[in-house]
Amino acid sequence: MLFYEFFCIGLLAIGGGAATIPFLFDLSKKYGWFTPEDLTDMIAVSESTPGPIGVNMATFAGFETAGVLGALTATLALVLSSIIIIVLLNKLVNRLACEEKLHTLLKGVQPAVAALILNAAFQIGMNNLKDWLGIGIFMSLFLLMFLYKKSPVFYIVLAGALGYLFKL
Amino acid sequence: MKVWVELFVAFFKTGLLTFGGGYAMLPVLKDEVVAKRGFMREDELLNYFAIGQCTPGIIAVNVATFCGYKLRKTWGAVWATFAMILPSLLIIMLIASVFKTLTSYKAAGHILAGVRVGVCALLLKVVWDLCVRIYKNTQNKIWAIFIFAVSGIGLLLGHLSAVTVVVFALLVSLMPLFIKRGKK
Repeated sequence: MLFYEFFCIGLLAIGGGAATIPFLFDLSKKYGWFTPEDLTDMIAVSESTPGPIGVNMATFAGFETAGVLGALTATLALVLSSIIIIVLLNKLVNRLACEEKLHTLLKGVQPAVAALILNAAFQIGMNNLKDWLGIGIFMSLFLLMFLYKKSPVFYIVLAGALGYLFKL
Repeated sequence: MKVWVELFVAFFKTGLLTFGGGYAMLPVLKDEVVAKRGFMREDELLNYFAIGQCTPGIIAVNVATFCGYKLRKTWGAVWATFAMILPSLLIIMLIASVFKTLTSYKAAGHILAGVRVGVCALLLKVVWDLCVRIYKNTQNKIWAIFIFAVSGIGLLLGHLSAVTVVVFALLVSLMPLFIKRGKK
């Protein structure tokens, strides 16, 4: 089950890391392997630890679901689809023409991916922006991100510090 | 034999030293694969990034698979990918196993509440950057906005699943390819 679900995520999460998040939200609703709050914490941990976000998320989600074996299963399933597709792509005689077609095709999917991530952000917001203090912190963090190009780790640590200071 | 070890070290280090994946790992990878080891030229690596971004799956994994394949075919691809995800597996499993205990402290509750607000802001910024990039790179802007709007409405009002939305977008983007072929 875990293998099948993460294999599908690997196939359909186009555009990397953050694109896996909406799929994981669906999983939490469908099976209840983990809660949306767990998932939000996983995003924070995945953003602030080394390694690609998508891989980190899969490992974490797999671990929450079924321990070490779950983590291994989910991560391997996620990367397996990548390996298969790229090895196949390399074996093709007419690789360049194929890549071009794939490119136009997947460019069309990008707006949908943007909508998906926006929806995930919206869900997290609905769950966690409970009072004006939270909304205020949210707005100021969002503004800061436009003014200063710091790494996500910086903002996650800052958000945690603000949460502690204001007893959020 | 030496190539296998070098391949492993290069991608293990990339997985260990980069935060966030995707283009964040380009500088490290350039250093490890191009400058230090001469496995490939810089333009080849950039090309892999371009393709890795528009093939399904995680960009970082796609690039590792491509590089591994170039050096040692299928098993090279598997090996490079394994080396790339190994740091994530180890670090995340370690954190995940102590996470529940750590967050049961009272102070952690406030910190986590703040962090969740921060994650929400971060995701919104990701969407913003993605929208800006799509808008700049697409010729048919109205079409892109249309797909965005339809997916958004479907998600909010129809509670569609992510799988449904992506499959819908794939089918819709396939249409122009067929129409073009029909005209020929």
